[in-house]
This record gives sequence, structure tokens and C-alpha cells, in this order.
Amino acid sequence: MVGLLALFSLLVYGLAAGGAERRAGESSQLGEGSSAPALALPLLAGAGRGSLADYRGKVVVLNFWASWCEPCRDESPLLQRWHARISPSGGTVVGVNVLDVSSDASAFAARYGLRYPQLRDGNGETLKDFEVAGQPWTFVIGRDGRIAAVRRGPVDEAFMRTEVLPLTQRPS
Amino acid sequence: MRRVLLAALAAALLVPAGALAASCPQTSVGDLEDEVQCLECGVPLQLATESPQANRQRALIGRLVDSCRSEDEIKDRLVAEFGPRVLTTPEDEGFDLVAWLVPALGLLAGAFGIGLTARRWRRGGRRRAGSGDAEQPAADGSRLDADLERYDL
Repeated sequence: MVGLLALFSLLVYGLAAGGAERRAGESSQLGEGSSAPALALPLLAGAGRGSLADYRGKVVVLNFWASWCEPCRDESPLLQRWHARISPSGGTVVGVNVLDVSSDASAFAARYGLRYPQLRDGNGETLKDFEVAGQPWTFVIGRDGRIAAVRRGPVDEAFMRTEVLPLTQRPS
Repeated sequence: MRRVLLAALAAALLVPAGALAASCPQTSVGDLEDEVQCLECGVPLQLATESPQANRQRALIGRLVDSCRSEDEIKDRLVAEFGPRVLTTPEDEGFDLVAWLVPALGLLAGAFGIGLTARRWRRGGRRRAGSGDAEQPAADGSRLDADLERYDL
């Protein structure tokens, strides 16, 4: 009887876990207008943690990246340029390094001169929350904490100009 | 005498160094490939031949192998980098221990259940056979009497 109960529990657990995986793979429900999920992670460099809440009231370009992701290499200099451009008007780029070796990620950030805040998610736990299915993946989050735009793939000048710049020009 | 002592001391110092050199590297990337998960592709490294993320994991394992780390030390480092999901087999502690124990208990319970059912079935068969032996001669006897009466000459 105990064995049957144990087997039944295992079956239920397996089905529930499988269901969760399927939900993660389903099409995105997290789009423009949704509130950005909470995010708190260790910093990529040094001790301490950072979170999205630290940037409340700012326009945040939240960029999920990895050092092994080729398109991330192409967009990183552009993100650094735009970080410098929007910082004076209350905007920031925040990088989330995912599924990466920390030393590779730090070397990547140094190589491309990335000076915007970087968080680290080694096991990719935030990917499910943000329904991110690949790298790079970028969310533009308004001052109200809502998602204003999503880019699946590398960002470019046109995207930054049309989706980010107008938000930073609005008064807080 | 002094020379002999010095030689013995030198030999004693050389043996552990030689043994250490022989045990390095302690493992290989290939040994770990089936125990480490490519998190990006959701399969063990040995199946993730094209994934850039898997290649970075392999490179990290390779560096750790070259620096003479043991299999357990490399796994610990991988878990520190990527979390426990990076291992394809659960560790033998905490919640992961349950993942080992539940299937084992299930198998044991299944074997016990089969044994119990087989025992009951065998006992039931014997009982039926036993009661049949007692009744059979009486039935045969009465049928024999009836036949004899019918063919009574």
C-alpha cells in the first residue's frame, strides 16, 4: 500500500513537473503593457545583489545575454553607447548574464567595455519568469514598471530610437 | 650510513611525487559528459554536440581537468556556476535523495506485492486441489455404482 502511494506520488510529481515545462515552452503572455516580473540576482562582478526594484522610476533596457551567444557580441557595443546616452535622462541598460561561466562573462564585459549594471543568473531561473526562449532577449521597461517593448534577438539603432528614446524623453 | 639515509629520504620524497603525477589528470571531459546537463538545450553534454553553451561548459571542465581537479570537485564547481540542475543525476542529499529513494521504494513495494499475490494464489490453488481430492472418490463411487446397476447382468 505504501509502495502504491509512493508510486502514485511520483506519477503526480512527474505530471506536474512536465506541465510546468510545457507552460514555459508555450507562447509568451508577457508582452507590452504587462508588469515586469520581480528580479533579484547576484551581481556579475563582486559581491552583493541587484534587483529591478533598484531602478524604479527609471527607464530600464533589460538585456538577457551570454558570452557564448554570437548576436550578443554584435549588440553589446550598441547597448553600451545607448546606456551612456540615456543615463542623463533617467534611463539605464541592465544586463542579465544567463547560463554562462562567470569568468567568461566577466571577460566578455571587459572586452566590450560594458559599464552598465550586470546581474548574473547562472542556472537561468529568471528565464521562465520573463518567458525568455533565447539570447539575446531585451525588454524595455517604463518608469511605471510596465513592459513597453520586447525584442527577441539583437537590438539595433532603430529599435532603440523608436522604443527607448521616447520613454526617456517623457518626464518622470 | 649517512649516504644510505639520504638516499632513503630522497626515495621517500620521490614516491609520493611520482604517485601524484600518475594520478593527474584524475578524470576527463568524456567521463563527465553524460553526467552534466547542457542547460540551454536540456540534454546531457554528450548529446549537445553543436550547442555553444555546451561547448563553454566543456571548455570549463577541460580547464578544471587540466588543473588536476577530481570529478567531485569539478561537479561542485559546475553546481556553483550553474546550480544543481547542471547535473543529470541527483545528488545524494536533501530533496535529491528523495528522487533516488522514491523509485527504489516503489520497486521494493512492487516486488513485495507480486510476492504476496503469488503466495496467495499458490495457497488458494492448493486448497482447491485439497478439497477436490476428498470429494472426488465419493462422486466416482456413486457413478460407478450407477453404471454397475445399469449393466447388471
